[in-house]
Amino acid sequence: MLLFTAKKFLIMVGTLFALLAITFTISHVAPGDPAALAAGPDATEEMIQQIREEFGLDKPLPVQFLIYVGGVLQGDFGTSIHTGREVVSDLARFFPATLELVLFSILFAIAIAVPIGVISAVRQNTITDHTLRLFSVAGVGLPMFWLGLMLQLFFALKLGWFPLGGRLGLLTDPPTTITGLYIIDSLLTLNFTTLLESLHHIVLPAVALCFPALASIARVNRAEMLEVLSQDYIVNAKAQGLSKFRIVAIYALRNAMLPTMAMIGLRFGWMLGGTVLVESVFNWPGVGLYAVEAAVASDFEPIVAVTVLLGFMFMLANLAIDIVYGILDPRVRGANI
Amino acid sequence: MTQENIIMAEERQATWRERHQSTIRQLRLYAHTYSRNASAMLGLAIVALFFFVALFGPLFVPYPEDATGAIHLDNKLQPPSWEHWFGTDEVGADVFTRVIVGARVTLHISLFVTVVAMLIGVPLGIAAGYHGGRIGQVIMRLTDVFLSVPALILAIAIVGSMGPGVQNAIIALALAWWPGYVRLVQSKALSIRSAIYVDAARTMGASNFRIIFVHILPNCASPIIVKASMDMGMSILGIASLGFLGLGAQPPYPEWGAMISTGRNYLPDWWWYSFFPGISIFITVLGFNLVGDGLRDVLDPRGRK
Amino acid sequence: MSQPIIEIRNYSLNFWTFDGVYHALDDVNLTVEKGQSLGIVGETGCGKSVTVRNILGLLPSPPAEVVSGEILYDGKDLLKALPAEMHRIRGIEIAMIFQDPMTYLNPVFTVGRQLVDVVLAHNRARGQGEKISRKDAETRAIEMLNKVRLPNAEKQMSNYPHQLSGGMRQRVLIAMALIGRPKLLIADEPTTALDVTIQAQILELIAELVEELNLSVMMITHDLGVVAKSCDRVAVMYAGKVVETGTVAQVFDHPAHPYTQGLLRSIPHPEKNVSVLEGIPGFLPNLLDPPAGCRFAERCPRALDICRKVTPVGNPLAGGHVASCHLAEELEAASA
Repeated sequence: MLLFTAKKFLIMVGTLFALLAITFTISHVAPGDPAALAAGPDATEEMIQQIREEFGLDKPLPVQFLIYVGGVLQGDFGTSIHTGREVVSDLARFFPATLELVLFSILFAIAIAVPIGVISAVRQNTITDHTLRLFSVAGVGLPMFWLGLMLQLFFALKLGWFPLGGRLGLLTDPPTTITGLYIIDSLLTLNFTTLLESLHHIVLPAVALCFPALASIARVNRAEMLEVLSQDYIVNAKAQGLSKFRIVAIYALRNAMLPTMAMIGLRFGWMLGGTVLVESVFNWPGVGLYAVEAAVASDFEPIVAVTVLLGFMFMLANLAIDIVYGILDPRVRGANI
Repeated sequence: MTQENIIMAEERQATWRERHQSTIRQLRLYAHTYSRNASAMLGLAIVALFFFVALFGPLFVPYPEDATGAIHLDNKLQPPSWEHWFGTDEVGADVFTRVIVGARVTLHISLFVTVVAMLIGVPLGIAAGYHGGRIGQVIMRLTDVFLSVPALILAIAIVGSMGPGVQNAIIALALAWWPGYVRLVQSKALSIRSAIYVDAARTMGASNFRIIFVHILPNCASPIIVKASMDMGMSILGIASLGFLGLGAQPPYPEWGAMISTGRNYLPDWWWYSFFPGISIFITVLGFNLVGDGLRDVLDPRGRK
Repeated sequence: MSQPIIEIRNYSLNFWTFDGVYHALDDVNLTVEKGQSLGIVGETGCGKSVTVRNILGLLPSPPAEVVSGEILYDGKDLLKALPAEMHRIRGIEIAMIFQDPMTYLNPVFTVGRQLVDVVLAHNRARGQGEKISRKDAETRAIEMLNKVRLPNAEKQMSNYPHQLSGGMRQRVLIAMALIGRPKLLIADEPTTALDVTIQAQILELIAELVEELNLSVMMITHDLGVVAKSCDRVAVMYAGKVVETGTVAQVFDHPAHPYTQGLLRSIPHPEKNVSVLEGIPGFLPNLLDPPAGCRFAERCPRALDICRKVTPVGNPLAGGHVASCHLAEELEAASA
């Protein structure tokens, strides 16, 4: 298991490096001219040239890449032109917000989707099944950003049940920073007012973010449950007199969770992409919002950094899923790779 | 025609039926299974409606000039009415007209993205799966790198470096979309490559070209069709997302995501402005997903009795 | 004459398929008496498995639909039993072992866990006496694994099915079936998927356990040798119908149905020296649209006009021997 994890980790590092190279290349061979943008509309050619030199944009691409990688290895992802700060310090500021949102959403999605899938499968072709399926099929097609807007419109503006956006109210101080995740930090410091408030703020963005993932996880889980429930070992379990609950909730679900795990991993990736949209809608101060602002300003160093960071998170999530998969499926454990 | 000829014709027809009996039964079964699936049929209806609206809608819209940025300030932000079914926007343009014209824009873009992604992904997948070897490994490694980051993020990175705009957004999406096809086709081609009937074809002297076109491609066809159908929906979401973020189509270009992006500033009082483009995206994407889902049920023998 | 433990009466069952209604079983009658073993033989697709699967309610419905009949166990109709009643029957009164040991064990749980779960489920379903602990259940499981002579029983408890060979898995499945001390054992081709050498071991094991636990048995197989060796009575099925029943000696020595005769002719015999084995020409009739009259008529060398028009009913012969053929008496006499 250790060797397996170590190997996976090495592959991950390699992939990250390649990802860095690809995004760097794309951002540097693309026609946009960041120096011109940074210099502003009234800049003279000389001023632009000066900025180019300052940021090393006049050197050949491989040289630029080597300089860049050298910096990255020392924890320097360059400087953001639009915030004027070091990219690393920006990321440190914005990343915990994204992490909190994404983790909360995926847990929420799993907690709702798996029971939906199971119930749908057991009650196949009944009204319950059709309703749950409609709900989950509809979810996949929902544009997250629009869903977010509609949630805002209805639950925040019309009903006033939830705040419009942000992580906390304007008058509330963030909890003492331990992890940077407000929910966890306020729990750790027993600051329940802040805990409630941060939960209150995360509900709408989390629902918007997790809905498509929730829908497709539920669908896969339903399909897999149906598949598993027709397997011979389920027939045998029934013949031996196991209760229906045990057959469904333990004997079948454990098997159905294997493919479902793969879907969870995949949809986690969607969520990482979706944070960009949801953070924009709810003004959630995370790396997604940061990346969009950078992209609009053709400020490429933050974009490269955010891309690699989210890629890294995606890979970590997949690694975690591989490990859980190994725990759930004895056939994989210690066998291959 | 003589008696004999008729008999011969009948015989020929019988043998044709006979030869294709299993195919005909298969297709009938596909059609039957598909049409029995209510949600798949709903999806088909939505997709058909979408194509119809995209192709012919712009010819019948009430205010064609509103699609291209006409301004009627005296008529701005009117709620839905008989004159303006979906209301009007901040410059008085008819939202209904813009949504209909937006359907054509959306169809253009999503078809382009899907087809380009397929044209890049499928040949690479076949090369990696059928040919294998060092080239195959390089292709798969590259694919893995592209798949290691969410497609939307990659697209944003690409647009970010090329500059916002609808052209760049399309290119970015296509560039972010192909790796899925490589994975799909590669694994399929890999398993078919070593199938007994391919070995048999090879022993009988079939060329690689023939094996690829007669054995591998047809066998990859069903998952590709299913994925393409789903991807039509996904690329519609993608382009709307980029439009919404201000990285894709720019107002007043009648693109659904861009419309929502402007419309959100007029919430909650002028809700129709962002509501109708959004519901159009939702229904269209839903339609493509339902079709893809229905096709998968039909084409995937595992799920069939 | 002793008492029947299970009686299947006038049992007909259909499957709803894309191509139409498949008449899988038509008016099946079977009886197993206490302490007896009944072999059910017939070719693939004749309805052997379908007949026994629904005894424990294992056929999903739809597509399966019981048209008529009853399955009486201890005088109670199992086709009408409530779920709670079925719980007190499955594995406790009637147990079942299946064809393919590879697929009938859950791949993600240990052998021990699966056995223990069965013990606990039975304990709960019986509902009397005190609850047994997990520890006790484990002891019972190991005991049972020893009884089916699984090597290293204790160690195997913590193994997963994929770590066991086919023969070992079938032993585990037998242990699982018998751990609740059932009275009737249904064995659905228990050795078909195994190597020939293992087949003999497993059959021997089943025979021993039947003796020791005083079980009644329904054994489904297409191996006539197995029936001859280990059953008291035999039922021959063809195309969803029971065509002949009787003691093994009656049916094998005096077959009174042309299909049985054909079956017997198609197996090699060590004493008869024939160079070419006979088969039965033709195919099973299409059960989507079963032929009128006798379902075997199309392939029958003795078929008369009446066979294509009138469905033969069970024709009682001497000593409880029954054959559904218009010519039964004549054939029985001739085969003597």
